Amino acid sequence: MSGSIFKERAKRFLMYAFLIVMSFISVFPLYWCFVSAFNTTQEVLGGKLVPGGHLMENIHNLMEQQQVFTALKNSFINTLLVVALSLTCCSIAGYGFEIYHDKWKDRVMGLLMLSMMVPFVALMVPMFQMFSAMGFLNKYIGFVLPSISTPFLIMLFRNNARTFPKEIIEAARVDGLNELQIFVRMFVPTMRPTYAAAATITFMNSWNSYLWPRVIMKTNESVTMPMLVANLTTGYIIDYGVVMAGVTICTLPTIIIFFFLQKSFTEAIAGSVK
Amino acid sequence: MSSQSIQPKKSRMTMEQRRSLTGWLFLLPATILIIWMSFYPMVRAFIVSLMRGKPTALEFSQPLWRNYQYMFKDNVFMTSLKNTFTYLIIQVPVMLILALIFASLLNQKDLKFKGLFRTCIFLPCATALVSYSIVFRTMFAYDGFVNAILIKLHLLSEPVNWLNDPTGAKAVIIIALIWRWTGYNMVFYLSSMQSIDYSIYEAARIDGASPMKQLTRITMPLLKPIILVTAIMSTNGTLQLYDESVALTNGGPANASITMSHYIYNTTFVTSPNFGYAAAMSFLILIMVAILSAIQMKVGDKR
Repeated sequence: MSGSIFKERAKRFLMYAFLIVMSFISVFPLYWCFVSAFNTTQEVLGGKLVPGGHLMENIHNLMEQQQVFTALKNSFINTLLVVALSLTCCSIAGYGFEIYHDKWKDRVMGLLMLSMMVPFVALMVPMFQMFSAMGFLNKYIGFVLPSISTPFLIMLFRNNARTFPKEIIEAARVDGLNELQIFVRMFVPTMRPTYAAAATITFMNSWNSYLWPRVIMKTNESVTMPMLVANLTTGYIIDYGVVMAGVTICTLPTIIIFFFLQKSFTEAIAGSVK
Repeated sequence: MSSQSIQPKKSRMTMEQRRSLTGWLFLLPATILIIWMSFYPMVRAFIVSLMRGKPTALEFSQPLWRNYQYMFKDNVFMTSLKNTFTYLIIQVPVMLILALIFASLLNQKDLKFKGLFRTCIFLPCATALVSYSIVFRTMFAYDGFVNAILIKLHLLSEPVNWLNDPTGAKAVIIIALIWRWTGYNMVFYLSSMQSIDYSIYEAARIDGASPMKQLTRITMPLLKPIILVTAIMSTNGTLQLYDESVALTNGGPANASITMSHYIYNTTFVTSPNFGYAAAMSFLILIMVAILSAIQMKVGDKR
C-alpha cells in the first residue's frame, strides 16, 4: 500500500517536472529576446541571461538604421483599420447568415467556407497584378482590403449569433425598430465578448502578417514592423542587440494584448470550431 | 370578408420577403469581398499558370501545360516540395501529439498552477512569425547561444553549424514550428475536453486504465472532430510555410531548407520574375491542400 502511494507521488512529481520544463522552454526564447535587447552583440551571442545597460544604445542604433516610427505608425494604422472594418463587415454578415437563414443563404455560407482552404500563396500572383492595376500598391487600402472579410470571422459571429435569443428580436420588432437598428442596438451590445475575441485574433493576425505586405509594400515609407525586423538581419554584420531591440518592439503590442485579452483570445480560437 | 382574410396573409409574405432581403443585404459586402479577393484571383491564378513571358507581356504557352511540365524538371522546386513535405510529416504529428498530451495533463482537476502552465505554453502564439524566426536564428547561430550552452554543459565538444547544415537547418525549422504552434493546438483540445464528462475518466481509473490508455481510448475518440480540424489547419499552414523559411534560414544553405511558398515568392519577385510559372506552382499547392484535406476528412470519418 505504501509502495503504491510512493509510486503515485513519483508519478505526480514527474508530471509537474515535465510541465515545468515545457513551460520553461515555451517562455525562455521570449525572455531571452527581451533580455538581449539590453545587451551588446557579444553578450547576446555569449549567452548572457540577465539584462545589461545597453537598451538605450541599442534603440538609438535601431532608430539610426531603420525608420522605426514610420513602421510603427504603418503597422498601427493598417492593423486598426483591419480590426474596425473586418469586425463590422463580418459581424453583420454572420448575423445575416444566422438570423435570416434559409436554404440559399446556407449554400452561400458553405461556398464562403470553402475559401478557408485556399492557401494565400496560390493567390499571390493574381492579387499582385490586380492591386498594381488598381493602384493600391504602397497604400493602406492595399494592406487592408484582402483582410476585411474572412470566413473565420463570419463563422465565429454566425456561431455566436445562434445563442442570441430570438424573443429579443421579436420584441424589438414589436417596438418598431427596423432590422438594422435591432442589429446595432440589441445584437452588438450583447455580443461584446465575441467582438473582443474577434478583435484580439484579428489584431494579432494583421500585426504579424508578413508575406502580403512584403508583396505590395515596395517603398521605405510603407514598411511595416515585421518587414523592418526582417530587414535587420539582411546585412553582413548583424548587431544582435539591435536586432533583439527591434524584435522586442515588434512583439510588445501583441504580448500586451495577449495578457489583457488572453481569455477572449482562447475563446476566439475555441469558438471558431464550436 | 374573403379579401380581408387574404390581405394579412399577403402582407406577411412581403414582410418575410423583406426580412429575407435585409438578410441578403447584411451578408452582401462580406460575400462580395470574399468572391473578389479569393475566388476571382483563384480563377485568374489558373489562367496565368497557363501563360509564359515577362509580367508585362504574358501570352499563352505552347503547349498550355508547359509550366506544369517544367516543374518536375526544376531541381529547386523538387527540393522545395521535398522540404515542405519533410516539415509536414515530422512536425504536424509531433506537434499534435504533444498538444494532446499537454491538454490532457492540464485538464486534470487536481492540477495546481493550471492557469500559469497554460499561459506559459500558449505564450509563443503571441509572437510574430518573423520575430520568433529571428530569435531562433540568433539562438542557433554558429557562435550563438545554443552552442555556447551545450558546450558549457559538456554536451558538445565543438560548436555545431546548425543553420549551414542541410539537416541542421531543417531540424531548427521543425523545432521552431513545434515551439510556436503546440500551445495554439492545445487550446483547441483543452476547450473541447472541458465538455467531456469527467466521471468517464474516474470510472476508467477505477477499472485500472492507465493514463496512456485513457488518452488513446477515451480522449482521442471523443476529440476526433477537433483533431481533424487541427490536422487540416496545420497541414494547410505547413504547405504555405513562408516566414520561417525566409527569416530563419533564408532557404539555405543553398536552398536546402527552402519551402514552396518561399520559392514561389522568389520566382515572382526576386530573380527574373516569371508570373506564369509561379502561378502554376501555387496552383499545385492549392490542389495539394484540397486533396490532403479531403483524405483527412475521409480518414476522420471512418474511424
